[in-house]
Amino acid sequence: MNEEQELRVKRIENGTVIDHITAGQALNVLKILGIPDSSQGVVSVLLNSPGKFGIKDVVKIEKRELNVREVDRIALIAPNATINIIRNFNVSQKKKVHIPIFVEGVVRCVNPNCISNSNEPVTSKFNVSVDGCLRLRCTYCGRFISEDIAKHLL
Amino acid sequence: MIDIILETAEGMEPIALGKQKSDLLSGKVLAVLFFEPSTRTRMSFETAMYRLGGDVLNLGSIDASSIAKGETLADTIRVVDGYADAIVLRHPKEGAALLASEFSTVPILNAGDGAGHHPTQTLLDLYTIKRESHLEGLRIALAGDLKYGRTVHSLCYALSLYGADITLISPMELRMPEEIIKDLEKRGAKVTETNSIENAINEVDVLYMTRIQKERFLDPTEYERVANKLKITPELLTNVKSELKILHPLPRVNEIHTGVDETAHACYFRQAFYGVPVRMALLALVLGAIEV
Ligand SMILES: [Zn+2]
Repeated sequence: MNEEQELRVKRIENGTVIDHITAGQALNVLKILGIPDSSQGVVSVLLNSPGKFGIKDVVKIEKRELNVREVDRIALIAPNATINIIRNFNVSQKKKVHIPIFVEGVVRCVNPNCISNSNEPVTSKFNVSVDGCLRLRCTYCGRFISEDIAKHLL
Repeated sequence: MIDIILETAEGMEPIALGKQKSDLLSGKVLAVLFFEPSTRTRMSFETAMYRLGGDVLNLGSIDASSIAKGETLADTIRVVDGYADAIVLRHPKEGAALLASEFSTVPILNAGDGAGHHPTQTLLDLYTIKRESHLEGLRIALAGDLKYGRTVHSLCYALSLYGADITLISPMELRMPEEIIKDLEKRGAKVTETNSIENAINEVDVLYMTRIQKERFLDPTEYERVANKLKITPELLTNVKSELKILHPLPRVNEIHTGVDETAHACYFRQAFYGVPVRMALLALVLGAIEV
């Protein structure tokens, strides 16, 4: 990181850096993580940051590490994201997100007549397939979501 | 599995006709839970259960019960689960049967959920074709509302398992959805489309008619024009195969002229009857009275 970037976003001591987020999806990543409500540390967001493979978004969260469930959800909207866990200013773990084959309680079904959209005590469930593009198929009604998955996040 | 159900159903026919007595399901209770009316489907399940010596608990009109007070389906199922050995469910929401199965310890039979599935109708349609015609090497035409008709969608998928040659007859505005046609072709069915019955009827073994609903059309004169074109009359039957069978899930409005009823081609009333042995087979199988 050069000095200029350093000025823009300070390095963090402990926490998580989510890098290579599909440009434009950073705010949806925050939504998935329940930020600002669920974080005590400083959260920094970089939008349209130049990267090796074009522009990207970056999110840095202090004093927080993500769980598997959160990482799975991020993968749905930012399939190329990497998760860097920072401990004592150093990257202690770096991993790519991977797309889950099944997600529960993450997105809402687009079908208004789907039983998962009624007041029943169930969470939405989707099978995920990657066949060129990412497709979610509602386990209950069979309807697909393939475009703008972020719009349907719960 | 489909073949096992169809074979079991065949064995049930004498009992369904009342020619043979059975106490196969004696002591078993079936709860009939219909959140929207469908008298024929309900009666067919009830008859199937009674013919096998079982009992039926009909939860009655939904408006008069706690459901109208806002009870969830999940709660209703958890309660009924304690009363019965199996539950037949019909519900206006898609996916209701799957949800019910998550809250039930007894088998759930899906008698239709919204625009979703109506698997027992598909099975009885297949059974009718098997009994009245043949499933292997079948040439079938499906006519009517192919866009919204869920029974024809499910039936087509089932027929594709047998490699059928399928002709789809519908007005432009009610064509079979493109994705379904692609799926069918991928599964080995041969699919052709046309907009007139005359173009297809002389070549096929089975003609499956469905109703066209007036509500689908903005312009009532357009509906009349379309409805008249997709109507089967005795005159249209002059050059058909002698073994042609005409099916219809019923009720019909006027897409089959009553003059057709007396011909050897008419099959729709027997088709309605076949719902009984098929549902008997399903009940006997899910209740473990017949081992697979
Ligand atoms: Zn759904």
